[in-house]
Amino acid sequence: MTAQHSVTLNVNGTAHDCEVEARMTLADCLREKLDLTGTHLGCEHGVCGACTVIVDGAAVRSCLMFAVQAQGVQITTVEGLADGDTLSDLQQAFHDNFALQCGFCTPGFLTTAESVLAENPSPTRAEVQSAISGNICRCTGYVPIIDAILDTAKRRREGGQ
Amino acid sequence: MSASTPYIGRSVKRLEDRRFLTGTGRYIDDIKLPDMAVMAIYRSPHAHARINAIDLTAAKAVPGVIDAFCAADIDMDLPEIPLRLAPFDGFERFLQRPIADDKVRYVGEPVAVVIASDRYIAEDALDLIEVDFAPLPAVTQVDQAAAGDTLVHEDAGENMATRYTVGRGDADDAFRRAAYTRRERFTTNRHGAVPMETRGLIAEFNPDTPLLRLHGATKVNFFNRRHLAAAFDLPEAAVELIETDVGGGFGARGELYPEDYLVPIASRRIGRPVKWIEDRRENLTATNHSRDIVCDLEIATTDEGRILGMRATVQGDMGAYIRTNGGVVASKAAQFLPGPYRVPAFSCDVQFLVTNKTPVGTFRGPGRFEANFCRERMLDMVAADLNIDPAELRLRNLMEPADLPYRIGELVPGDVNATFDRGNYPSALNQLLDEVGYADWKDRQGTIIDGRAYGLGIACFIESSAAGPPETARITVAADGAIEIRTGASSVGQGTETGMAQICADYLSVDIDRIGVLHGSTTLVPTGGGTFHSRNTVMAGNAVRMAAETLQARSIELAALRWNTDASGLEYRDGAVHQNDAAASVLSLVELAAFAQSRGTDEALAADAAFDNEGKLSYSYGAHAALVAIDVATGVVEVEKYVLTEEIGRALNPAMVQGQAIGGLVQGLGGTFLDHMVYDEDGQLLTGSFADYLLPTSTDLPDITAIALEESPSEFNPMGFKGAGEGGIVAVAAAVGNAVTHALNAHNIQINDLPITPDRLRAALRAVGA
Repeated sequence: MTAQHSVTLNVNGTAHDCEVEARMTLADCLREKLDLTGTHLGCEHGVCGACTVIVDGAAVRSCLMFAVQAQGVQITTVEGLADGDTLSDLQQAFHDNFALQCGFCTPGFLTTAESVLAENPSPTRAEVQSAISGNICRCTGYVPIIDAILDTAKRRREGGQ
Repeated sequence: MSASTPYIGRSVKRLEDRRFLTGTGRYIDDIKLPDMAVMAIYRSPHAHARINAIDLTAAKAVPGVIDAFCAADIDMDLPEIPLRLAPFDGFERFLQRPIADDKVRYVGEPVAVVIASDRYIAEDALDLIEVDFAPLPAVTQVDQAAAGDTLVHEDAGENMATRYTVGRGDADDAFRRAAYTRRERFTTNRHGAVPMETRGLIAEFNPDTPLLRLHGATKVNFFNRRHLAAAFDLPEAAVELIETDVGGGFGARGELYPEDYLVPIASRRIGRPVKWIEDRRENLTATNHSRDIVCDLEIATTDEGRILGMRATVQGDMGAYIRTNGGVVASKAAQFLPGPYRVPAFSCDVQFLVTNKTPVGTFRGPGRFEANFCRERMLDMVAADLNIDPAELRLRNLMEPADLPYRIGELVPGDVNATFDRGNYPSALNQLLDEVGYADWKDRQGTIIDGRAYGLGIACFIESSAAGPPETARITVAADGAIEIRTGASSVGQGTETGMAQICADYLSVDIDRIGVLHGSTTLVPTGGGTFHSRNTVMAGNAVRMAAETLQARSIELAALRWNTDASGLEYRDGAVHQNDAAASVLSLVELAAFAQSRGTDEALAADAAFDNEGKLSYSYGAHAALVAIDVATGVVEVEKYVLTEEIGRALNPAMVQGQAIGGLVQGLGGTFLDHMVYDEDGQLLTGSFADYLLPTSTDLPDITAIALEESPSEFNPMGFKGAGEGGIVAVAAAVGNAVTHALNAHNIQINDLPITPDRLRAALRAVGA
């Protein structure tokens, strides 16, 4: 009903040309236009963090960003974290630590954690708690999520990454 | 039983995780069907109003809008949403129909529906719907409802949906004989399950086939199918409820709601699949709320603090309609008020009051969270009044193993056989006291360090699990060796697939990697009971066990045919049938499955089972302890340490049990400090977004120790399981309330109302000059 705009989204290393209304959120574009449904919507007002994606290295709520604003940026979604069939070390740590139950918030925690660890490879427990305090999980009570992120940081340091 | 159990009792990694970790789960909004439209719902902005007129003209004119409708446009008798649980007499006057007709009774009640090509257009059109409302005064408090000056349902003639008295012994006599009595009013805050995934449905309705397929169902699919079939005048076989991945349930999701009817109606109107996804604002007004109990509690004891009796009035704020969960919340609050203690005389007046608020349903530990808060707060007051240590007071009153099993009496109308099964309640409390170092704390209550007051509170609980109809399972071995479990139980994210696979793997002595689990959908098995009341591991788990045992027997029968021998000489072990002959012949499950297949399509290597515990519930029990530090200047409470013990009979997967306990506990901290559906006097919800409705986050965590006890296996199922889903949450407000009171004992501040917020605490402290 309103004008369409052309935008090229670079998502997980692949460029996608989309025609979108100016008002279409990045989250809706990823889910509806690109079928990348791993990015979940829990509140659509920027509080719950489920829709977090990585935009040029930073954790961004894709419900608060328009698709047309994403022209020229590099976006990583949860679908871009594993290497083929091999889970990333962070995904594996979530699995090993029972850091998910229903899994709905998990993509947002993974993307948030990746951006946190990129910025601060040696976070303290309190720093991890603070860094993920904008993501809501209703199942786990957060404890295993914090453990998984700290485990990953430790493994990466020991692995020389 | 298998010779060994490499899976049951081990923290087996979850089978579900990979798809969730890689973003390839299939939640309801991830499903797209060809030619699918979406719908959005115009909801009442008023708590109580007459509808004079609805004008959909402008909405229908929006390009991309396919249809719009309101109650007057629906060419069928609008069904009443049925009562599934606790269907007390009187409730039938307060049932909800899927869409408001002449009157709205809560903010969020459906009034009209728009169907469009996409959600942006549907929501544009919602803005163009014009409804002429005549607002009425709103009933927002139970006292106001009881007064009855404004009626939410005029035809009922009252706002009291039902009222009854239950009890055991002679409570009045107990109070006459008592050396000590006390009376207090407690309130528990209205809040809810608030799962991270909002509700959603996709309906495919073809009246010609006929077929109604509803995707996004969960929890109690066979019950829901029966009622949807009746509502749409279809044979049950023509209704399919399909379960997708589910982003959390906690009681609220999967009950029948107005949308379970409106989405099929929309699909039937336009002859296309229709999707509806609830947004978060809708979720906070449209999905069941819970708790919201006012309890006037009296206790009578000897001068040594031995309980002689309790009397109570429990008033449940039901919201505007009685939905599927009926009277569960208030009735369970009443039933669990005496708790795990010897309370020889008890009497409770239970009232269910209708108000102009969102209807109430169950949320994890319904009634238990509330009852424990009231009783355990009261016990600490008794302890203080009689100068008895709170732990000692509890140990004096807890039922001993010799008291069990104990018939608790008909504390819910019709529930005449309720019986606490065997257990050792003092053991669970004593282990808690040891773990938390209680002896060291007795003299430190109220200690102030750097402006913060410290207190330790304890609370005991008992909690039922695994009620309801039988559960089903079917195990099939494919000729390629893959083993498939199908069950009528649902998964709402708690790890059901893993748990069922663990049991199957042990009872068939096979590698768990061969096992896949399909659950919930009505297309999988002929019937099923569903997932509620902490019942999956007990009910579905035992159905899987029985199916595996039957499959072993079936394997032996097939092997006897294959070898043309007598079955008595054959033995099932290590995933194969063994013949104890000279050749030590072996037929594996794979070979037997191929053999069965070769004999014809009806001869699959499969087995069905249903497990029925015949209403014999197992009771989990335990104790909680919270250590709090309160900033007296700001009223901010920090829970520094939290310990809980929970007797669960036997842990199927200790890591998953731990996850249930910690997850429940943190939800409980939310219900104690944060979660609050606040209504103003006009019945407007003031906490309609996540900016206002607060949930626990990762910075709110205490140091947590959750201890699962396995000292008292259930006698009602061979694997000994009890429910493990609610013990983490049910006593949190109780323990924290006691801890806060102890921390502020210098100021004699009593916590009788939830949530405990800094402004409330500061107001209380200011009132005493602190």
